[in-house]
Amino acid sequence: MSLTDRSATDLVAALRNGEITSVACTESFLARIEATNPTVNAFLSVNGEGALAEAARIDADRAAGKPVGPLAGLPVAVKDVLCTTDQPTTCASKMLQGFRPPYDADVVRRLREADAVLVGKTNMDEFAMGGSNENSAYGLVRNPWDLDRAPGGSSGGSAAAIAADMAPLAIGSDTGGSIRQPAGLCGITGLKPTYGRVSRRGLVAFSSSLDQIGPMARSAADCSLLLQTIAGHDPGDSTSLSVAVPDYTAELDKPLTGLRIGRVAAHFGPGLDPEVAEHVEATFAAYEAAGATIHEVELPHAAHGVPTYYLIAPSEASSNLARYDGAHYGHRWDGSRPPDDGGMTDFDSPLVEMYCRSRAEGFGPEVKRRIMLGTYALSAGYYDAYYAKALRVRRLIRQDFLDAFERVDLIGGPVSATPAFKLGEKTDDPVAMYLVDLYTVGTNLAGIGGISFPCGFTAGGLPVGFQLQGPALSEPLLLRAAHQYQQATDWHLRRTAALPA
Amino acid sequence: MPADSGPEPTLTPGDVKKVALLGRLALSGAELKSLTAELSQIVGFVSQLAAVDTEAVEPLAHPLDAQNVFREDEPAASLPTSEALRSAPRQDGECFLVPAVLGDSGSA
Repeated sequence: MSLTDRSATDLVAALRNGEITSVACTESFLARIEATNPTVNAFLSVNGEGALAEAARIDADRAAGKPVGPLAGLPVAVKDVLCTTDQPTTCASKMLQGFRPPYDADVVRRLREADAVLVGKTNMDEFAMGGSNENSAYGLVRNPWDLDRAPGGSSGGSAAAIAADMAPLAIGSDTGGSIRQPAGLCGITGLKPTYGRVSRRGLVAFSSSLDQIGPMARSAADCSLLLQTIAGHDPGDSTSLSVAVPDYTAELDKPLTGLRIGRVAAHFGPGLDPEVAEHVEATFAAYEAAGATIHEVELPHAAHGVPTYYLIAPSEASSNLARYDGAHYGHRWDGSRPPDDGGMTDFDSPLVEMYCRSRAEGFGPEVKRRIMLGTYALSAGYYDAYYAKALRVRRLIRQDFLDAFERVDLIGGPVSATPAFKLGEKTDDPVAMYLVDLYTVGTNLAGIGGISFPCGFTAGGLPVGFQLQGPALSEPLLLRAAHQYQQATDWHLRRTAALPA
Repeated sequence: MPADSGPEPTLTPGDVKKVALLGRLALSGAELKSLTAELSQIVGFVSQLAAVDTEAVEPLAHPLDAQNVFREDEPAASLPTSEALRSAPRQDGECFLVPAVLGDSGSA
């Protein structure tokens, strides 16, 4: 078995007991990246030299008997939405081409402290806006299971990197499903922690009341390992929770006897692919067989989740992305007027013209669409009808979850209505693309936790994902429920045949 | 506003131009045209929220219970000027350089 075939948990143990070195482990994953990245495009930048130097340093420390961190020597991929001082941070945008942040994200700081080896930055939808990874300014990502299909998004690069064995662990971020949906479409495991569980400092802001960083890996056990490192309070993020971090691996092996899982009948509407429905139902049956009980619950306002999300997230984005002004960092217009000025010639001042033209050149179409939508929703005369209205519906959506969790411990269901769709299939229809977030946005609007893991394959060989949602800070239970399923099944161990072995 | 009547969702190119200036985006003619259609479609889609009864429901701006977070007011190191200016497209070693804020003189 080659090193890239082994789980993160297994590799950490092998590194610890001296069976393998970090240099050997890092070289294996770098070789795999070199072989497959030209096809998959999961990485935007690879930190080869830096990673090997770090690996050698950790091997030397370990050999000298010095204390090393819990992930010592293990390669980890980081979504290119987190600030790294030693590697580019582009958010897959031309706006941040070549940008080197002056500080590390708190999550990156924690990874370095744990002695993880940062092998590179993964591709994504520009500024994390999208559900297919087709919005990257540096090229789309291909789904390792079928190279003509999308990996999902916006953490499509991180999901594809795990599915293609280019890294044992990856960091993603999830604003409306951006960890769970690509995890589902790529046949891997991804956790969106409770809002505030992981510090957002140094995460390039998209929608500040919804964004959350989380782990992506092959299995729930591997996700526990990564969450253990990145979770915790950060005085530099006033929304990070000052709550003790539990031991996420301690209870993984506890059986599920007596666990109450909710099933929402409305999840099984006409838009749900029959093969997906079949695998999701079979997963409920597997949980019953494992000692859990299934209960029908209702989330009466769930149908309003997507429109609520597409008012709140763009509104916050239009404000967050105001920082890209061509003055402090990022792309700046060179002063030459474009041939097609759209009749927009009446700027208030040369400064405003510089802002407008720098941003027009730096942002891609989906980012512009969301800035426009958010600006519109926040503008005078529309604020109450759109933004304030969405905030009221958000409270109703959150209350639905609070009510449901009075009766059940977790809520199960599909992650996505269909398996991975063809590249280009939805790019001409923004609303169709937004609807891929149907099953995932509620988690973010309510600020709770959710995990996605593989629960089967279609006849055509595409992975199908299952989602569990749990109350705030239920990560230990979410991980245990996924882990127990993975002890009884081997979907998460299947490897793609679409790439050279 | 009655619960069943949403705002008029159709945007004109003039509306889109106004929003673009507010959002600090210089749109091309082609973008203006496509965004007028797309935003009308998206605004139409999100307008379905008008039908939700939110009478007596308070807005929820944040998923956590609203709370002030205080810390001691202690001096700490901040980013050195050189580091803060390092990524600026134009700077003079002390300040960010930008075109004229008022009037139409100066260049980008």
